[in-house]
Order: sequence, then structure tokens, then C-alpha cells
Amino acid sequence: MKPLSETYIVNGHYDEMMAKKGQCRDHYCPFNEVLDSIPSGKLAELQQATDRAQVAMGMTFNVYHDNKGIEKILPLDIIPRIISGKEWSLVEQGLKQRIHALNLFIQDVYNKQKIIKDGIVPKEMIYSSGNYLKPLEDWTPPQGIWCHISGSDLVRDNDGTFYVLEDNLRCPSGVSYLLENREILKRVYPNLFTSLGVRHVSDYPSKLLRMLQYLSGKDQPVVGLLTPGVFNSAYFEHSYLAQLMGIELVVGQDLVTNNDKLYMKTTQGLHQVDVLYRRIDDTFLDPLTFNPDSMLGAHGLFNAYRKGNLALANAPGTGIADDKAVYAYVPRIIKYYLDEKPILSNVKTYICAEEEDRKYVLEHIDELVIKETNAAGGYGMLIGPKSTKEEHEKFKKLIVANPRNYIAQPTLSLSTVPTLVNGVIEPRHVDLRPFILYGEEIEVHPGALTRVALKKGSLVVNSSQGGGSKDTWVLYN
Amino acid sequence: MLSRVADSIYWTGRYIERAENYARFIDVNFNLMLDLPPSMKEQWEPLISATGDRDLFISRYKNFDRVSAIHFLAFDLENPNSMFSCISNARENSRMVREKITKESWEKLNELYLFMKEGAEKEVWKLDDPRSFINDVKYGIQLLYGISDNSVARTDGWHYLRLGQYLERADKTSRILDVKYHILLPSVQEVGSTIDILHWMALLKSVSGFNIYRQVYGSIEPKSIVEFLVLNKYFPRSIYFSLTEAEECLHRLTNSNGRGFKNTSEKRLGSLCSKLEYYDVNDVIDIGLHEFLDDLQLKINHISDAIHANFFTIGDSLTFQKQLQ
Repeated sequence: MKPLSETYIVNGHYDEMMAKKGQCRDHYCPFNEVLDSIPSGKLAELQQATDRAQVAMGMTFNVYHDNKGIEKILPLDIIPRIISGKEWSLVEQGLKQRIHALNLFIQDVYNKQKIIKDGIVPKEMIYSSGNYLKPLEDWTPPQGIWCHISGSDLVRDNDGTFYVLEDNLRCPSGVSYLLENREILKRVYPNLFTSLGVRHVSDYPSKLLRMLQYLSGKDQPVVGLLTPGVFNSAYFEHSYLAQLMGIELVVGQDLVTNNDKLYMKTTQGLHQVDVLYRRIDDTFLDPLTFNPDSMLGAHGLFNAYRKGNLALANAPGTGIADDKAVYAYVPRIIKYYLDEKPILSNVKTYICAEEEDRKYVLEHIDELVIKETNAAGGYGMLIGPKSTKEEHEKFKKLIVANPRNYIAQPTLSLSTVPTLVNGVIEPRHVDLRPFILYGEEIEVHPGALTRVALKKGSLVVNSSQGGGSKDTWVLYN
Repeated sequence: MLSRVADSIYWTGRYIERAENYARFIDVNFNLMLDLPPSMKEQWEPLISATGDRDLFISRYKNFDRVSAIHFLAFDLENPNSMFSCISNARENSRMVREKITKESWEKLNELYLFMKEGAEKEVWKLDDPRSFINDVKYGIQLLYGISDNSVARTDGWHYLRLGQYLERADKTSRILDVKYHILLPSVQEVGSTIDILHWMALLKSVSGFNIYRQVYGSIEPKSIVEFLVLNKYFPRSIYFSLTEAEECLHRLTNSNGRGFKNTSEKRLGSLCSKLEYYDVNDVIDIGLHEFLDDLQLKINHISDAIHANFFTIGDSLTFQKQLQ
């Protein structure tokens, strides 16, 4: 195979591997040598073996909600995304700082509201958010921690700077792919991990379990993982994590409360649950307190939580710090609580609810990305430069009708990584989702899910819209 | 263990065993038909009758021909007991409790499902000889047993799996034996004839019991075969053996010493086992083989109902009591 340095064309974006044509970045060089030594036919073979391994493992997500529905895999590209130790330490410090500040923010918002009284974040911003939950007012969760598990989305702009795009403080998913991708790539490149000095990721479940146990006052707490059930698109991940932690995977029908304690129904009778890692949304947790139609949670679960007989991760109500409009204030939130400069950059964000910003957005809609403040998964957004005049007009109307529901950001360029597409290695855009655990201390797991837009030129990396994934190698050096 | 999880594991055990037995059914009938004299037509109706799904079959197919029968027994998803249905159900059940079964077990079961799906897409039932496919499924299932035997801890989950598996096996061995009742011989004179003997031999082979039977009994005698398949204490597919294994699982689950009973399931299964323990083959023949087997299948259903009440809905009844207080 011709060396990649001769065939690979950097397309004007920041490329993680090639600084420019023919010039490989230092931390990628050892990998580049290996890649060049693999015949192209062999590479395609390795890719096919990888696809098969994923199907055999049942690493699938459901697209339709019945068991005749299509089961899809999130395609794993066999060319890894590699991050040097030096760059990683910046990401690590930045995320720790951010999560620390956001946790203080949530605690403050539901209690003394100093940040509002001091005029840093407007009151309306909080109360108008669908993610603000009144039943959590005057509440301090166990150990004072709200956001136990976060999965922030980062991207890299043209000059190589990392930006935090979203904080994902509610139920971030994807960590199972991080773990399984590594298992698969270990088979593809058995010799590389030690020689390159790739940091291992397999202890995530132990760290997660330790963190969950820490939330209970008991010596040997009973921990469960609450899933919406087998038809949820992330079910694979729920069962995978429960298995690796050796904890019970429960659904709503397994749970019952009595005297403000939560129990699960077992063959030996009822057993009390002390900690619940819940993977269902806040408002589905308890039909008594939140959505009365919910079949996914348990009656009285919230009271068990408020009485201190149950710990929940993440705490209900964390979504307030995950609101896309609140996002704009994060640099000020960091400054306010920690008196530090943000280590990781925020993307410049225009808040349509604010008059001056809205005016700018309406005038520059063709240059901006418009996002709904409560939507996820790449839905409900407009990419200005790639949309038609009609679409611009449609969104202008939507914004004017409900400004609180929209924010706008400049179009960022996403960095690229060489990716094997139909037997040829070409640049494709990626983002980065590291996972952060907040227990006795804040830990950033040394790995990440790198999502890749497999369509040429596409910037949408979501699995539901043609995205794939890459294993992410964080180096010691 | 969560009641819902125990329930799923129990049914995984039953479904996998059922799929394996259906593979054996098809294999034995296919072999039987190859030995028929040219004057006789293939008989698939007796097999369908023995499975208890004759009515469903008639509502879906015109004739009891080979292609229809194999489709119905192996691939028809509208037949809740077909191999494909059973393997799909076992997979769905295991997926729900995936964290409780080993990674290897799940991956093999998933592969088996994909293999079955591929077979359905390729319309294997239309082949002149689908036996190699059917046998591959059987071996796939035995591989699953091998994996779990060497990797699953002997805790509650294991006992629920085996409980389901052995109850199902007892039921299916009784049905395999019943096939012989349904098969028509050309005339009464043919009883004890070469064809009759061939049928009995095929039946033994279908449960992998031919060689061991020969060693123990020597000649092919219907009465001895009935004794072997119903009452033998050492052959792992005999009805008595399967039921006592199931009983052992129940005792493990209730932590009892095997004397008396702690709940309805133990009571029902225990009395069935002791009855068989003191039976000899003449007792079975006196009742009538078909009548005996019919009654046995009914009793197994009652035992399964009791298991549900005693283990899988126990939390529900506790909830109910608490609400009453």
C-alpha cells in the first residue's frame, strides 16, 4: 500500500493525524508506520472482521420499537483517534474545573440562589427552563453531588483549540462503546497498545461502582441500574454496565416502595435498594411527583430519595445546568464559583431570549447554527450555511414565536481523522465525548467515545444520522 | 434474584431445550421416512400431532407434506413452538437478563439466532435434505450447554435454567415416545415387523439413546424401550431422570433437604417423582402408553404453573399484602 502521507489529502480542517500533506503529527507517527505496513486488502479484511465481531456481540441499538425492528450497529472504524498525553491533560483539567463549577451551580440554584441574587444568571433563564424541577428546591443530595456521571461533547476548531459543545449532565450514553471498541481494536492491533503507551480504559466499571457505593452511608449498599427496558436504544449499554459491575439491572415493574424505602421484588421476597444508577429521564422516575403517565419508574421513589433512604445518580434536576441557554453562562459560572479562568473554551453562544442577541441571530442566520434548547440527538437544528433561504425564513419565524427555545452558535469546523471508507482512507469529521465521574473526587476517564460522521463533508456525528465511532487512544506521553 | 430475571432464565432454559428437541423430532422423522417401503407415503402428521399443535398446523397449511412440516416445526414464526420462535424467544429473554448470563453464552445464543435467521432467508426447508442445517442448530445448542456447564456459577440462576431445561426435556421425551403411538402401520400384522422395529430404533436414535439401550437391554423390544425412556434412572433424557434433576434444582432453590415439601411446586413435582420411582413398565402399559403420557404432560404443566406462583410472582403478592395493611 502506498504510504498514507502520499495519498491522504488534508481538506483544510484541523486533522488529528496529518499536520499537512505528508507530515504526520509526532504522536501519530508510530501508528502511521504500522498502518503503512498493512496491505490495503488486509485492512479491508480487518474492518470486516470488526463489523462481524460487533454483530456477534450483539452491540446493537434498536431503530424501531419492536422486536421485529431493525437492529443496527454503530459502525466502528478501525483507525483510532489518538490524543497525546499533553493535550489530554488540558482536556482533563478543563473538564474537572467545569464539572466542579457546574455542580456548585446546581446546588446554588436549588438552594440559596446566590448567583441569581448577584445578577450573574438571570432568574428567568432558570425558571423558564423545562429542566428546572421545583420538587428539588431546598435539597442537598447525598455527599452534595448532583452530576455524578457526565459525558461532555468536545470538538476541535481549525486552529486545533478544543471547545466544549455540550455538557450532557443527565444520562449520557456511549461508554459501553468506548469499552467494547477497545476490546475489538485490541484484537486488530494486538502489539500496539504497549509499544505506543496507550492508557487503559477497562477499569471504568469498577470506578463507576465505587462512586455509586460512595453515595450510600451503608457498608455494603445494594446498587441497581434502572433501565427503561429492552426496547430502549441504549439497552445494550445498560445491561453491559450492570453485568460488569455485578449489580441488578432493574425495570420499573421490579420496584416497589414502602415506608419511603425502595425495594426490588425477588424470588425471596422484597430487598431494599440503596443506590440507583438510573438511566431514565427525571420526569419518568416517579409518577407521583413527576409525569403521572410514567410506567418506567416507581410510585413513591422520589419520596424515598428525599427522605434520604435512596441515592440517585445522576441526581434529578441536574438538567438545569445542561440547558443549552444556561450553557452560554458557563464561563461566568466558572469565574463566579471558582474565581478561575475557564481552561476549556465555550463556543460563542447567542441567546435568542435576549434582545440584542436575537437581533444579531435574525440578521446572520445564514452564518449560524441554530439549536433548540431542549432537543438532543442532532434533531431540531439548522445549519445556516448549509440550508436554503426557505429554511432560514422558517427558523426565523420559530425563533420570534418562542425565543427562549433557541440559541445560536457560529458554525464550528470539526477536526478530521483518517477513516477507512470503501477501502480508501479519507478525512472524516469527528467529535469527542470523554466521561467524567464525580465521587470522592472528580475523575476524567482516560479514553473517550470519538464519534465520526461517515458521510463525506458531513458534520453530524449522531448515531441516529449516519454516524460511526472510533476507538480513542489516550497516550501516557 | 429478581423475580422477573428468574422467570426469564427459567424460560430461556425451556425454550432452548424445546428448540433442541424439535431438531431431534425433525431428524428422527426424516430418517424414518428414508426407511419406508416404496408403497408407503411419508408420515408427518403423527409428529405434528405429538407436538400438540395439530390445529394450528391445519389452519396454516394444506397438506402434511415434508416441506410444510419442516417449515412449521423449524422456521414458522407464527408457530410459537417452532425452533426459530424458541431461539428468538430465548434470545429476547436472555437479552433482558443479559447481565446474568455469561458473555460467551450470550454471544453463542446470538450467533445461533443469526444462523437460524439466515436459514429462514435461504428457505432451508425447501432443500431435499435439510438435516445438516437442523443438526448444526442442535450442535449449536449443545455448545451453549457446554459453555454454561463450564462457566455459569451454581447459584440461583443456574438452578432456574436447569429447572426449565429438565421439565421441558421430560415433556419432550414423552412426546417423542408418543410419536410412535400416532404413526400408522399399514396393518395390525405389521406390529413387531421390520418396519415397526425400524421405527423404534429411529426413536431411540433421536434421543441419542440407541447405543446405551443396546448395551443395557440388547434386543429391540417396545416394552423395554418404554421402560428405558420413561423409567430409567441413569439415562439423562429419560422422563424419570429429567424430573428428578428438576426436583433437585427446586430443592436447591428452596434450601430444603429433599424430605417433604416447602411449596406447591415441590409438592407436585415430588409426588410425581415418587410415583414414577415405584412404577414398573407394566404399570405404564396397564394405564395405556398414550394415556399415561397425556396425563404426565398435564402434570408437568401444573408443576410449571406452581413454579410461577411460588417464585416469579412472589414479590407481587407481597406488594399486595403491604397495600392491604
